Amino acid sequence: MSKLRETRGQKIIGALEKNAVPILFGIICLIGIPFSGYSLGYLGQEIIVRISRNSFLIIALLVPIMAGMGLNFGMTLGAMAGQIGLIFMVDWGIVGIPGMILAMIISTPISAFLGWMCGKILNMAKGREMVTSYIIGFFINGVYQLIVLYGMGSVIPIKNTSLVLPRGYGIRNTVNLITIRKALDNLLAIRFLGISIPFATLLIIALLCIFIVWFRRTKLGQDMRAVGQDMEVARAAGIRVEHTRIVSVVISTILAGYGMILYLQNMGTLNTYNSHMQIGMFSIAALLVGGASVARASIGNVFLGVSLFHLMFVVSPPAGKRIIGDAQLGEYFRVFVSYGVITIALVLYEIRKRRKAARGGLLLAQDQVDSGEVDA
Amino acid sequence: MVDTSAPLLEMRNISKDFFGNQVLTDVSFSLHKGEILGLVGENGAGKSTLMNILFGMDVIQLTGGYEGEMLVDGKIVDYTSSFDAIADGIGMVHQEFSLLPDFTVAENILLNREPEKYSFISEVFGERLNSLDRNSMNEKSKKAIGKLGVAINSSMLVGRMPVGHKQFTEIARELSKESTRILVLDEPTAVLTEQEASILLSAVRSLANEGIAIIFISHRLQEIIDVCDTVLIMRDGKIVKNEKAQDLTIAQIARWMVGREVTHHADRRSFDYEHSSVMLSIKNLWVDMPGETVRNVSLDVHKGEIIGIGGLAGQGKLGIPNGAMGLFTAGGSITFEGKEIALNEPRRFLDAGMAFVSEDRRGVGLLLDESLDWNISFAAMQVNDKFLKKYLNGMLMWRDEKQIQAVAQQYIDALEIKCTSYRQKAKELSGGNQQKICLAKAFALTPKLLFVSEPTRGIDIGAKSLVLQALRDYNEKSGTTIVMISSELEELRAICDRIAIVTDGRISGILPAETPSEDFGLLMVSKRGNTEEKPA
Ligand SMILES: Nc1ncnc2c1ncn2[C@@H]1O[C@H](COP(=O)(O)OP(=O)(O)OP(=O)(O)O)[C@@H](O)[C@H]1O
Ligand SMILES: [Mg+2]
Repeated sequence: MSKLRETRGQKIIGALEKNAVPILFGIICLIGIPFSGYSLGYLGQEIIVRISRNSFLIIALLVPIMAGMGLNFGMTLGAMAGQIGLIFMVDWGIVGIPGMILAMIISTPISAFLGWMCGKILNMAKGREMVTSYIIGFFINGVYQLIVLYGMGSVIPIKNTSLVLPRGYGIRNTVNLITIRKALDNLLAIRFLGISIPFATLLIIALLCIFIVWFRRTKLGQDMRAVGQDMEVARAAGIRVEHTRIVSVVISTILAGYGMILYLQNMGTLNTYNSHMQIGMFSIAALLVGGASVARASIGNVFLGVSLFHLMFVVSPPAGKRIIGDAQLGEYFRVFVSYGVITIALVLYEIRKRRKAARGGLLLAQDQVDSGEVDA
Repeated sequence: MVDTSAPLLEMRNISKDFFGNQVLTDVSFSLHKGEILGLVGENGAGKSTLMNILFGMDVIQLTGGYEGEMLVDGKIVDYTSSFDAIADGIGMVHQEFSLLPDFTVAENILLNREPEKYSFISEVFGERLNSLDRNSMNEKSKKAIGKLGVAINSSMLVGRMPVGHKQFTEIARELSKESTRILVLDEPTAVLTEQEASILLSAVRSLANEGIAIIFISHRLQEIIDVCDTVLIMRDGKIVKNEKAQDLTIAQIARWMVGREVTHHADRRSFDYEHSSVMLSIKNLWVDMPGETVRNVSLDVHKGEIIGIGGLAGQGKLGIPNGAMGLFTAGGSITFEGKEIALNEPRRFLDAGMAFVSEDRRGVGLLLDESLDWNISFAAMQVNDKFLKKYLNGMLMWRDEKQIQAVAQQYIDALEIKCTSYRQKAKELSGGNQQKICLAKAFALTPKLLFVSEPTRGIDIGAKSLVLQALRDYNEKSGTTIVMISSELEELRAICDRIAIVTDGRISGILPAETPSEDFGLLMVSKRGNTEEKPA
């Protein structure tokens, strides 16, 4: 009686329920596309751009989910580290790919330290990792502002005056990243069916995917999956539960830092005080739109999520204008929808968990039925 | 086999109390290489606690340690954690499972001891970045499973396996540790069917022949006599006898365990089920439960009777209640009190006034961190709004603590549950007493019809008749119809009015309980099942 088997009807309903979010977004996009008036070629190009811009960041979320720590809202920490790397890069005047590499090198120790700290705190708040990491994000944002707004240019020397606020210290609201703008995207870019494809960027994302797949098969990945399932059993087997959890957050944070650099290289400008706060939210929302849950996310969820989530943002302004007569709707939608998706997905997850618990754990096995091998 | 030289393990004057509650007093014994030591005693006698001490379990440290000393290979040891014990070659299979449901058998067996493939990346980032050697994992786990003489697919997810296989997986995990020289098995056969148990027993014997010393805890005394070299009998935390197994009888052991003569059976009764109305009618039921498939079973259960369902392991008897309740995919129809009950929906089953005590109590039974009264009353509160004080027409409901406690106390007395009070946490009870709580929980639901599967599993020989008697009393006092599934025919014959035997997924016959055992035996082995009810 360790498992509950369902009838076929229940299975279909269950599958629909589980994939409710991607299905809903799929439908919205399908309705929106004809109204938007965009050509398929244009939309294809947009999707390619968004995938190359955002997927790295979203993939950074997968590791803590594997370790049973839920969605790592603390990825904003990595984003901040990446931004700090970029600010120094601009200041020191290193351009192009070498500049990006420099930014990554600078970001790594900062990310690692922040991730380690975040992991430490999360170990004290087991079972409430998501809320806690969200709050840590706010807290470190305060520290970040302190450093960037007051420390840089005063305590920390910044030579490049165009970076500094007119008052003499603190970094400007926007930092121009023209020196690395699309440096990677344009490297080896190819045209295919009229769509320009940033080959080098996609290659790096592909390598990251391979890394994730490989990582799952390592001892460390296996330990994370074990810790994610049952900390007590893992501990009884001698796995260093706390350490493993910290490592998962550190990896996620470092990857988020790199992802942020990749993202901003595509955007070409850095909103010093905003970019990082939004990015966590959008990445998590995109992952959830791709059908991931708090406990389970795959690479497939990442790409489906980026495509659907951003397709919706591309089509909603013109579609909104056609239908309601207001293009502002699109922007409004963006924030509203991201928060909405996260809320709904979290609530659904909790409801399902409760329902399971109430039935005495009978449904425990159900979740894993159609997930197959990739279950972290 | 048993070598008479220096003992491998010696425990001297071990005592242990849990906050003033003396659980072990002055326990001493020794164990030699290749010896199988049986450890028996009533529920709560202290068997598991003694083994927890040996294994250096955290609970012991956290509750104030123990007195006395342990010697392994003649050296005094003091394990501060179970890892010390493991390093010293002690393996233990606990009464509760510690397996990861989303991992395969191989992954569980080799958890944190996975063979790795060297990769250059690990030179830089540490050993944990070696990838796992899946092939050798499968090989190793197959080898460990092979020692047990069972066939389990090592790439199967543990969460989807029947309990018996989980048990084998746990034992295989200990065997896969090359250094294991003392193996503690705490009621390993309790969840096993008879065939599985006999496979396990022969595995235990061959392990002993290889020189592993084994401590074997069981309530199935016949097993103890069959497989052990020496038997330690515990009562109330003391060792009352330490005997060679050869010349012991079940009756002797039972008497020493309980301290009095054990009377076995409830009295037979005659119950005229034919003149009582049909309460539950199962028609053409099939159930897709792995290892317990049910095919086309039709059965009428009459109001007020106790009907037994027996049969050999794996023939499908367990599938019937599990399918009826909707825990496994099932088809056919079930009519209860004239109303058809939808299959595959456990809630409907419960709402109709039926209840099910599952054979897999470890998985679903108890809220281990909660108190006993809460455990007993929880389901009843959820399902039929019992133990609630209602205000404002039921808009506001309050738990009725007094009533909850009274009911809990009543069952604790009736089932002689050994605990300090109803406030004790479920996890602090011994295995057999947890089992009794599961029964109490079902009783508190006051169902009209109760399915109980293997009700005496893990219950000591003295308490067995008590539990059976409690089922009978419950049936008579509250008028609850009972369907009891058990692999022990004698147990069924003791309290049931009639017994259906399931063979090959079908009912091969239904006979009155007083029919001689041989006739049931014939039904169990009859190849072609017959779904028609034979007249009694
Ligand atoms: N963690 C604990 N805290 C308090 N009391 C405990 C704890 N663990 C066990 N006990 C008590 O110690 C006594 C012995 O329990 P133990 O589990 O050793 O019994 P057992 O002989 O294994 O019984 P069974 O056959 O039912 O498994 C019981 O009365 C139990 O309530
Ligand atoms: Mg025990």
